[in-house]
Amino acid sequence: MPVSYGTLLRAGLALLLLALVLWPQGFAPVFAPFAPEGGPVIYTRASLLSLSLGHLGLVAVATLASTVVAVLLAILVTRPAGAAFRPLSRTLTNVGQTFPPVAVLALAVPVLGFGTGPTLVALFLYGLLPIFENAMTALSTLPPRTMEAARGIGLNRWQQLWQVELPLAAPVMLAGIRLSAVIGLGTATIGSTVAARTLGEVIIAGLLTSNTAFVLQGGLIVGLFAVLIYDALVQLERRLTPGRPRPA
Amino acid sequence: MIEIDRITKVYGDTTVVDAVSMTVDTGTITAIVGTSGSGKTTLLRMINRLVEPSSGEVRINGEPTRDTAPHLLRRRIGYAIQGHGLFPHHTVARNIAAVPRLLGWPRYRIAARVDELLGLFGLDPAEFRDRYPQDLSGGQQQRVGVARALASRPDLLLMDEPFGALDPIIRARAQQDLRAIQQKLGSTIMIVTHDMDEAMSLGDRVGVMDGGRLVQYAPPQEIVARPATPFVAEMVGEAERPLRFLSLIPLRDLVEPGEAEGAPLSDAASLRDALSACLRSGRDAVPVTRDGAPMGRVTLAALRREAARCP
Amino acid sequence: MSLRSGLSPPGLLFAVLGLGAMALPFATLSANRIVAGQGLALWQVAGPWATAAALAAMALALGLGLRGGWPWARLLGSLLGLGALLGLLGHAAPRLLAEAGEFARVSPAAGAWCLLLVFMMLMADALSVLRPGPWLRLGLLAGALALLAALFASGLLADLSVFQEYRARIEGFQRAAARHVALALGSLLAAGLIGFPLGILCQRRASLRAVAIPVLSFLQTIPSLAMFGIMIPLLSWVAASVPGARELGIAGIGFAPAFLALLLYSLLPVVANTVAGLDAAPRAAVEAARGMGMTPAQRLRSVELPLALPVILAGLRIVLVQNIGLAVIAGLIGGGGFGTFVFQGLNQTATDLILLGALPTVALALVAAILMDIMVDLTRHSPGEAR
Repeated sequence: MPVSYGTLLRAGLALLLLALVLWPQGFAPVFAPFAPEGGPVIYTRASLLSLSLGHLGLVAVATLASTVVAVLLAILVTRPAGAAFRPLSRTLTNVGQTFPPVAVLALAVPVLGFGTGPTLVALFLYGLLPIFENAMTALSTLPPRTMEAARGIGLNRWQQLWQVELPLAAPVMLAGIRLSAVIGLGTATIGSTVAARTLGEVIIAGLLTSNTAFVLQGGLIVGLFAVLIYDALVQLERRLTPGRPRPA
Repeated sequence: MIEIDRITKVYGDTTVVDAVSMTVDTGTITAIVGTSGSGKTTLLRMINRLVEPSSGEVRINGEPTRDTAPHLLRRRIGYAIQGHGLFPHHTVARNIAAVPRLLGWPRYRIAARVDELLGLFGLDPAEFRDRYPQDLSGGQQQRVGVARALASRPDLLLMDEPFGALDPIIRARAQQDLRAIQQKLGSTIMIVTHDMDEAMSLGDRVGVMDGGRLVQYAPPQEIVARPATPFVAEMVGEAERPLRFLSLIPLRDLVEPGEAEGAPLSDAASLRDALSACLRSGRDAVPVTRDGAPMGRVTLAALRREAARCP
Repeated sequence: MSLRSGLSPPGLLFAVLGLGAMALPFATLSANRIVAGQGLALWQVAGPWATAAALAAMALALGLGLRGGWPWARLLGSLLGLGALLGLLGHAAPRLLAEAGEFARVSPAAGAWCLLLVFMMLMADALSVLRPGPWLRLGLLAGALALLAALFASGLLADLSVFQEYRARIEGFQRAAARHVALALGSLLAAGLIGFPLGILCQRRASLRAVAIPVLSFLQTIPSLAMFGIMIPLLSWVAASVPGARELGIAGIGFAPAFLALLLYSLLPVVANTVAGLDAAPRAAVEAARGMGMTPAQRLRSVELPLALPVILAGLRIVLVQNIGLAVIAGLIGGGGFGTFVFQGLNQTATDLILLGALPTVALALVAAILMDIMVDLTRHSPGEAR
């Protein structure tokens, strides 16, 4: 099979991203026209690699924690014993998602102080909602006939959950995780306004010193990360849904 | 009168409808029957130009349909489809009024027409006028769908599997109602179906489609008695042919003077009904009445002789 | 059914959480608006009678929440609890300030915030069991806003730190509010004007859809700070090189880049939901409309759009709520809005200033979401779904 445009584009963007992070000086001529007279062109106050790793690590930890908690909660709420919490959890996810991520971040500061802490908590809390919503929807709208069959062949509750419900719900849950991760990448960027060490630092530094070169540099790196991670998760989702069940 | 003249539809290399010609007389029902993929629906949709013919022409009362803009043509031709296609956001009255509104009828005339049609279809206007389609039963939805198609007194009513979504009992009722209303209004109807029973019981003439071609176009008796091709014979059902044949002939054609025991049958009932009555009660003849008055009898022997005429 | 009678499991959870929250510091007294204050327990903030009354009312509220079968009683309970909580705060603030210095501030502490959250959750749970119809929801929303307005007008909470912060900058607050709404609604309107026709075209033309939807999804994934940042050089360049652009108010900093960034984020929900809504119109109904001789324009106007309206409005709801939240970022690039206070507050580590920006934003988003949900329900045509 010939290499598709998509693959070529992906590889190109990934290479560009790597170059921007590992060899920023090489782009000085590109960003120079945007820097103020005599001002710095390339952000050197911190290594872009360490900022990138900090950024991605923050998002990864928060998203992982959100996933574990949200999926557990969704499983609980979709069991008969948790049914009483279902209307409430629906309302809370609805209301919770109207909370702007920036506001969640800002509101975490008075409680947790500045630094990585509030960012992590805000990312975790905000990340819960899409994953929980998708997991709950997926687990409560499984094809009834499949569930009937699972009971019919004698699977017990745990086996039903592990062998039927979770695998069938996985693609939809993953879509929620993807949403969380993308929102997390964006919110982590803003996290540098509360002194978290993320790539947002570069953009903020640019905004504060009116250095457009910094803004572009940071924006480009964060944007590329977001797009590539989003794309990778979409590909993973496709893998996880091999033969979609055909309509009966 | 509707004249279809060598109408053809070609998609790429596939000829879906192949030079079909037929004439439909005003005030009759024509049923087009065939398997799926036989081109029957495409044929129907070329008449109101939902599908543009590749060649050939259709004339309604002598006027080629090509001479009218498609949307104006369609306002003159009623169209009812499987699953009724009612607008879920409009009331029953607004649904039925759809085409008259397009034609710019005055409001009082539309209101009167809506009530008239609801009454005709056995739906109390006061009760049903302001309901929404999803509050009706399947049979009621289907009746509203047909009423909507008839609202502007169209020259022609096209029906594409209109009863396909109904269960058998409601379906039989709907067929009877359609017959009755067609006779009352004198409408011209073309109906597409995959069900030979439906075609036989509704159609004044039946057209059988196979592979895009019209293989036979004749009254039901002739289709049963002399299937033009093995395909038509198969559609009719070889084993059932004598029974189908008997079911198309009314008792009045075979009644003879004499008396018989047991419950009488009306002269409008079919020979098949008489045969069934004989078999069920073990009689050799059944009495026949017209409007309740004794008329004579039909014997089992006569039924046998008649059935034997079916080749 | 367990939901209708007996003990309510969520109610039990709220009671436990509520009692726990009462043990946390209820209010903070600090010497001025910047320094960290000293936490005061619930029983330290007011006189014995007031404290006892408030405690009794809150306990009764939590108790009313315990019964599963009476959603109206639980709703009443949540209101009682909120009333007691705010009453105690309002009663305590002037007392505490009177004994402290001139620049002293009193603000709610973790306990008060947690109690607020618990009673809100009790209200949410009662409402989600009641499932009020759209008109009742509109009434409840109007009632809640009227109560809130009356509460602010009464001056009960005037001695709380946030309100002192507000009084210090009333004019700035009003300007920020107007700018925030202008950014959110203006970009929504522009997104509608562009996205709506684009959505209709995308639904008709598969080739356009195959390009437009991925491009717009791509735009959505760009982190907001990066998007706002990238708008700056872009618009500076436009202002510098396109004649007349500067006169129209286009500049690299301020309203224009914020507006454009919000607009770009808004396009995907508008276009995708327009396409989805039109796609979801029942095929048979669209086919029947064609068969009865409606022109494409008539079909769109009287069949497809009315049927697609709830889905299209749901898209606008996403956009509006998202924009109200994202408009906070405008504060970083001189675009104004409530974000100005949030980021000033973060810079000065002034909690109350952060709250002054964040709380109205949250409230605005919530009210917008509820209003849009009501509109979506009202445009649904099958009564079965609207319930």
